[in-house]
Parts: sequence; C-alpha cells; structure tokens
Amino acid sequence: MKKILYTLLPLLACLASATTLAGVNIEHWTAASGAQVYFVANRSLPMLDVQIDFTAGSVYDPAGKAGLAGLTVGLLDAGARVGGALLDEEQIATKLVDSGAHLSGSADHDRAGVSLRTLTSQPEREAALDLMGAVLAAPSFPDEVLAREKARSISAIQEAATQPDSIAAKRFAAAIYPNHPYGVTASEESIARIGRDDLLAFWRGHFGARQAVVAIIGDVSRAEAEAIADRLTDALPQSAAVTPAPPAVSLPQRETIRLPHPATQSHIQIGMPAEKRTDADYFALLVGNYTLGGGGFVSRLVQEVREKRGYAYSVYSYFAPRKLEGPFEIGLQTKREQAGEAIKLVEAVLADFLRQGPTPAELKAAKQNLIDGQALRLDSNAKILGYLSLIGFHKLPLTYIEDFPRRVEAVTAQQVREAFARHVRPENLVTVVVGGD
Amino acid sequence: MLRISLLAFLGLMTASFSGALLANPYEKTLANGLRVIVKEDHRAPTVVHMVWYRAGAIDEVDGASGVAHVLEHMMFKGTAKLGPGEFSKRVAAVGGRDNAFTGRDYTAYFQQVPIRALPQMMALEADRMANLKLDAKEFAQEIKVVMEERRLRTDDNPTALLHERMNAVAFQAHPYRRPIVGWMNDLENMTYRDAQDWYRRWYAPNNATLVVVGDVDHAALFRLAEKTYGGIRRHVLPERRPLVEPQQLGIKRLSVKGPAKLPYLAMAWKVPKLKDIERDRDPYALEMLAAVLDGHEASRLAKNLVRGQKIAQSAGAGYDSTLRGEAQFVLDGQPAEGKSVADLEAALRAEIKRIQDEGVTAEELARIKTQIIASQIYKRDSMMGQAMEIGSAEMNGIGWSNIDKILDKIRTVTAEEVQAAAKKYFGDDTLTVAVLDPQPLAAASRGPVPSGLRH
Repeated sequence: MKKILYTLLPLLACLASATTLAGVNIEHWTAASGAQVYFVANRSLPMLDVQIDFTAGSVYDPAGKAGLAGLTVGLLDAGARVGGALLDEEQIATKLVDSGAHLSGSADHDRAGVSLRTLTSQPEREAALDLMGAVLAAPSFPDEVLAREKARSISAIQEAATQPDSIAAKRFAAAIYPNHPYGVTASEESIARIGRDDLLAFWRGHFGARQAVVAIIGDVSRAEAEAIADRLTDALPQSAAVTPAPPAVSLPQRETIRLPHPATQSHIQIGMPAEKRTDADYFALLVGNYTLGGGGFVSRLVQEVREKRGYAYSVYSYFAPRKLEGPFEIGLQTKREQAGEAIKLVEAVLADFLRQGPTPAELKAAKQNLIDGQALRLDSNAKILGYLSLIGFHKLPLTYIEDFPRRVEAVTAQQVREAFARHVRPENLVTVVVGGD
Repeated sequence: MLRISLLAFLGLMTASFSGALLANPYEKTLANGLRVIVKEDHRAPTVVHMVWYRAGAIDEVDGASGVAHVLEHMMFKGTAKLGPGEFSKRVAAVGGRDNAFTGRDYTAYFQQVPIRALPQMMALEADRMANLKLDAKEFAQEIKVVMEERRLRTDDNPTALLHERMNAVAFQAHPYRRPIVGWMNDLENMTYRDAQDWYRRWYAPNNATLVVVGDVDHAALFRLAEKTYGGIRRHVLPERRPLVEPQQLGIKRLSVKGPAKLPYLAMAWKVPKLKDIERDRDPYALEMLAAVLDGHEASRLAKNLVRGQKIAQSAGAGYDSTLRGEAQFVLDGQPAEGKSVADLEAALRAEIKRIQDEGVTAEELARIKTQIIASQIYKRDSMMGQAMEIGSAEMNGIGWSNIDKILDKIRTVTAEEVQAAAKKYFGDDTLTVAVLDPQPLAAASRGPVPSGLRH
C-alpha cells in the first residue's frame, strides 16, 4: 500500500503556535493495513482522541434483523482477547476505568465505530489503546451478554413505543423511506432473531481495515500517530475492500399519517428524503436552511411559529445528509388543540420560502453567521475529531474546513431557490402527527 | 503495581502543569458588587461569556412558581435600546450562539462568540441587566411558549412528572418542593408585573457573577468589564431568610401514573450538604459513595444490578453536595423485563446494606481518584464546560477557587468513612420512594381540559 508522507507539516506545526486550533493542519495517509488515517497534532493538552469508523451502519442490517449493527458495536466490549488473555466485560470495564479512558461505540444509518478518549501519560495510554485494539480485532461476543442485551434492547424498544417523539420518528422514517433500509428501525421481532453467528458475520464483513477511517487528534507526534493507527488496524478482520452500496432511495408520495397518543401535545414531523452528503447543492441547502429553520431565533419558522404566535417551544428544520439521500425535516410540538393551525402555518412558511427563497438581508445574515461562526466549530479536540471522521468517511477534500467560508460566500439566492426546488418537493412531503385530534 | 503508577502519574501532572494552573483563573470584584472571573484559554480564538444571577426557583413564592424561568425568557424580548428578538439577531450576526437556563439556585445567560465580538456581547448583557423593558403584549405571547415548554418537558414526560411530584412530597416546606418551570396554574395566572417585580428585585450587579473563558488577557478583560458593567448601580437585595425543611420523621411513598411500558423507581434520602470545606467529612464520603455506586462503567450498580443479577434495565445513584438548598442522595432505575419494582427496590437497598456491612475496597477508591484526575484534564478541552464549572461553584457559595480543593478532599476519603456514611444516612425515616405506575397508551387518556382556564 502506498504511504503518503507529509514530512513538511510536522515541522510547520512545531514552528507555528503549538496552542492554536484556529488553523487546522490535517495530515492524511493510508496505513499498511489499508485504513485511511486523518491526524491533527495538538500538544496543548495531555490527552488523545481516536475514532475509528467502519462502513457498518444500520443500512447494512440484513432483512429481518434490524438492530444488528447497533448490537454488534454495543457488544464489542462484552468480551475480547487482550494480549493473549480472554477478558470478560467486567475485566474490560475495570481496565478501562483504571486507565482513566472513555471508550464508546456509535452506529448511525451509514457508519458504526468506536471512539476513545485517553490521557497520554503512561501506562494509561498503552492500556487504553490495547483495549481499543482488542475489542475491534478480537471480540468474543459471549452468549450470556448477547441474551441480556437483546432483552434490554427489546425493553427499550417497548418503552420507546410509548413516547410520542420515538413513535413519530419511527413512523416518519418508515413513511419517507418505503421499502428501503433507511426506513427500517429495530423491532422486538428483529432483535429477537439475532444470534451470535449474526454478530460474528457482521463484524467479519464490515470491521475490516480497508474501509476503516481512523481519526486521531491530540498530544502525539506524526510518528506516534502512525504507530497508533497501525496497532489499531493491523489485526482487524479481513473484510472486503468494498461494501456494495445500499439500494437507491425512491421518493414517497405526499401523505399525512396520524397516530394516537394521550399526550397534551401533538408531535409533528414533516419531510422527505432530500440530500446526499456529497451533493453539489450541499452549501446552497445549508445556507438556505439557516433562514428557513436552522438559524434558531433568527429563522422564519421560529419567528412565525414561536415568537409571533407562541405555538411551540421547539420548532426547527434541518437537512441530515447521508451517504444516500438523508432527510429534510421540519419538526415541532404543540398543544393538541392547535396542531391543525400550527401545521397550516408551517406549510405556509415553507411554501413562501420555496417560492421566494431568502431575501438579500436574510442571505447575507445566513452567510455571515456560518462564516464568522467557523472558529466556534473548531475550538476543541472533540469538535475537530468529528470533522476528521466526517471528511474521512465521506471522502471530502482535506481542504474542506478551509474551503468552507469561500463555498458559503459563493452561494446565491437563485442557487438556494433552485436547490430547494430540487430537494424539497411538496408532492413528496410526508407529515406524521402523533397525538392529534 | 497500579498504585505506584498512579502516584508517579500524579507527580508528573503536578510538575508539568503547576505553572499554568496556579495563575489562572483570575478574579476581581467591581465597585458595584459584580464579581468578574476570567479563565484564560488560548487554544482557539473564541470565548464563552456568561452572566450568572443568584436567583432561581429557590427564591420564588407560592402562587408565582416559574417566574424565574419566565423572566429568563423575557430577557430576550427587548430593552430600552433593543427591540424584541434583536438580542439573538446581534449574536447570530457575529457568528455566535447564545442561550440561557434557569435552575433551582440560579439563572444564567451565555454567548459563545469569536473573540473580537466579546465587547459587543458584554454591552448587550450589561444593557439587559439594567434596562430590560417588560410589557403585557410580549409577555402574553411568551407565556404561551413557556406553557408549551412545560408540556414538552414535564406534562408529557412521565419520568420528569414523577420527579416533579416526588420533590413536592419529599420537601413540604422547602422551596425545592416547587418545579423550576412552575405549576401550570401559576403560569396561567402570571402577569408581566410578576416578571417585572422579579427583575427589579434580583437583577443587580451585586447579585451577579460574570464568567469569561477563552482567548482573553485577564487584565484587559477586567478593564472592559469595568467600562461595560461598572456604571450599573447596585441594588439593596431583599432579605433571604434561612429555609429549612422540617426533619422528616418517617418514610414517604408516592405513586404516579403515566403512559409507559416500564415502571420506574426513585428513592431519595435527606443527607447533609457541604458547608465547611475544610472540616466537613460526610459530604465528601457521600460523593465517594455515589461514585462507587455509579461513577463509571465498572461501578457497582451497573456491574451488579444491570449486568450481574439482570434485575435492572437501568440503575443509577446521584448526590450533589454543593447547592443553596437541601441535599438528597438518590438511587433510581427501571426493573428488567420479568422483574418488579419491588425486586429493584430490594436490590438497591441490598447494595447499600452490602456497603454498610462490608465497606468498599481500596481498588474502588483508587478507581474514583483516577477518574477525577482524568476528568479534570478532559474538561480543559471544553471552554463551555469550564465556564459552567466556575459559574455553578460561584452560585452555590463554594467559590471557583475551591473546586480543586474539594476534589483533593474527595480523594482523601477513606474506605471507613464511606462505610460510616452508608450506615448513618440510609434509614427509612428520611426516605421518599416514588414509583411510576405504567399505563397502557389507550387507557392513559386524561380527562377533558376544564373550561375557563386561560390558555
């Protein structure tokens, strides 16, 4: 595997202020294992963050076994072979806590992975990295733990089925993604069907190095980062180099779905599949959505629904771009007696925006906030770690962060109107109301 | 082996960082009583700017519960110079974020902005500290929003509802018995004059603390604070009477019905809070006890109840030693499928009994100490986290300069002290037990809303 070396960058990092996060110097290379590595040195705090993501999201759950991705990631630390010894979940938890480190797993629709936050002092750092490497490379998936966690997952699903937000989210996903894995959420039946063999197969199939994205930020040198990436990915399972893409997303037909609930508020979600992360319209939609409902108190939705009429405490719109088309959504909760009026108002605000787009003043304000707020998105190791993983997983350019202000500035009102016309279509909007009258 | 490495690590930490740590944060009190605390953090060209008012739900009275939080909402509705909603626009225009929150003991307002916008944020915050304009029309709109917030966070959230009712039972005289968001009836009958009275009574520089964390020079910041806030006159603050809950003389139990699948259980004991940092021992022992039970992934409740015995879907322990009011030690959880609330209560009691009988191990204490040291390092990756820590320490009377001392004290707690605290404070006579009685959705419909209530 070709190794790309940026020998100049570490030197520059030494010359520049070691304490500033304002200019983010991202180093990228391919490890011998095939994993993509993204690294930022930051020597100001004696800590290290490492995140490894895999093409292992819930979109890859086999039919009838929704929840497998989540369970697999969740059970990585249920038992593992650490330096020749088989450790159980208690031993792993104890060793982790003793090192002062935090290890967590996550799974969304597209990706799943593991994050570590550790001190850089020894022997803490060595112990923490050993554990992270072991749970990824040699998980044992003990039967008793699987049985217990399946039972807990099922209880959690049953509990969520009594909560208006969860009911709305589950139905909304299913309705906007009919017959697509993005629309499937784990159920009692799907969890019940999952066995240990399923976990092993999923792990073997998806947790390989060649599709892994390793993000590292902290008090280590380039050489140390290379060694860390190597030790964490050298022993991963031999998965395929490429995972077949999920099926294409098709658009739903406009409809309104009402579900009963005794809550005092109706929970409302309106939306449709809209945008891939790599879509050419990304910046136009980002800038436009700020005005519609992403900009908080300065957005049209908050102004009309909350400030002028007091219909809702929380009202918003967002795009959640994914590998394939992720949702556009408007959400709010309002006293059930006025749900009908609130929905009419939201539809009017949206229709207005689709017709006219942002005013010149609104466009300027949106850009100003997004550009001037850049520093706030980069002022901690944790925030930068998120960017590294994002850039790696979606194969965004290394210059993504520094390009951001220029890309935002270039957006025109016409581009916003046209992008919204392409991605937010009233004839495909689905409305879900939980607890309506 | 582990202990040696931990000590070596402690030595390394002290040697490397004592220079930086000792000098920072910096503190000054202006002539008008405003305390200004600055923590320099030059990792990025941004800053967190917070104003904390020592006025919260604890200072409210019956009939006007929720006014502290309502006034927090109204603080965004305009001053003599600024129109309604203009505050948020100004923050957004500099690329910033802002928000506010109300607690039992305080109300706080903050902005996170690029450093060059700090003078403007300070001017805006100083303006609304002194010149807020309250009127009936804006109030009538905003009180509706607050009611929706109450519905969202409490009325339609069975666990939150349970805790609200539990506080009202556990505390019968003390103000902690009232919810921060306020009883719905109080919100329905509140007027803008209630908010105005609250503002005039409590919003003064001598009742406030300014906390700034970020890319600033402290000397320059003090000068800017003097220039921006220094002209605001101090008020005479109302007398704050000591508020004491009469001693609880027997166990209390309550049941709350709500739409849910799993039951939920909370058990709260009245326990002492931290008053004398140097001489108190029991609050530190209780902090250690809470951590041994629920401080991390390998702690007892997770290990024994969730994983080991599979009696709990979830289980937790909590104790806050630093607050203006009265402290409680809380155990809570949901029973696992096939187990009952009675099973869970018995299991939680058994965990306390085991510590009463057998104590805790040296390894468990060492583990907590490691966690404390590590989290103090991790916290420095978040300016907001540091600002929150300083502000809340100021509000509850401990003071930011004692944060490290308190952590040092917790690390001196012995196994014997933890065992003694477990024996002393967990009798039934000071216990309140609340149970969520889950109702199937179809059966859980409430009655129709009575007519005649202002909506």
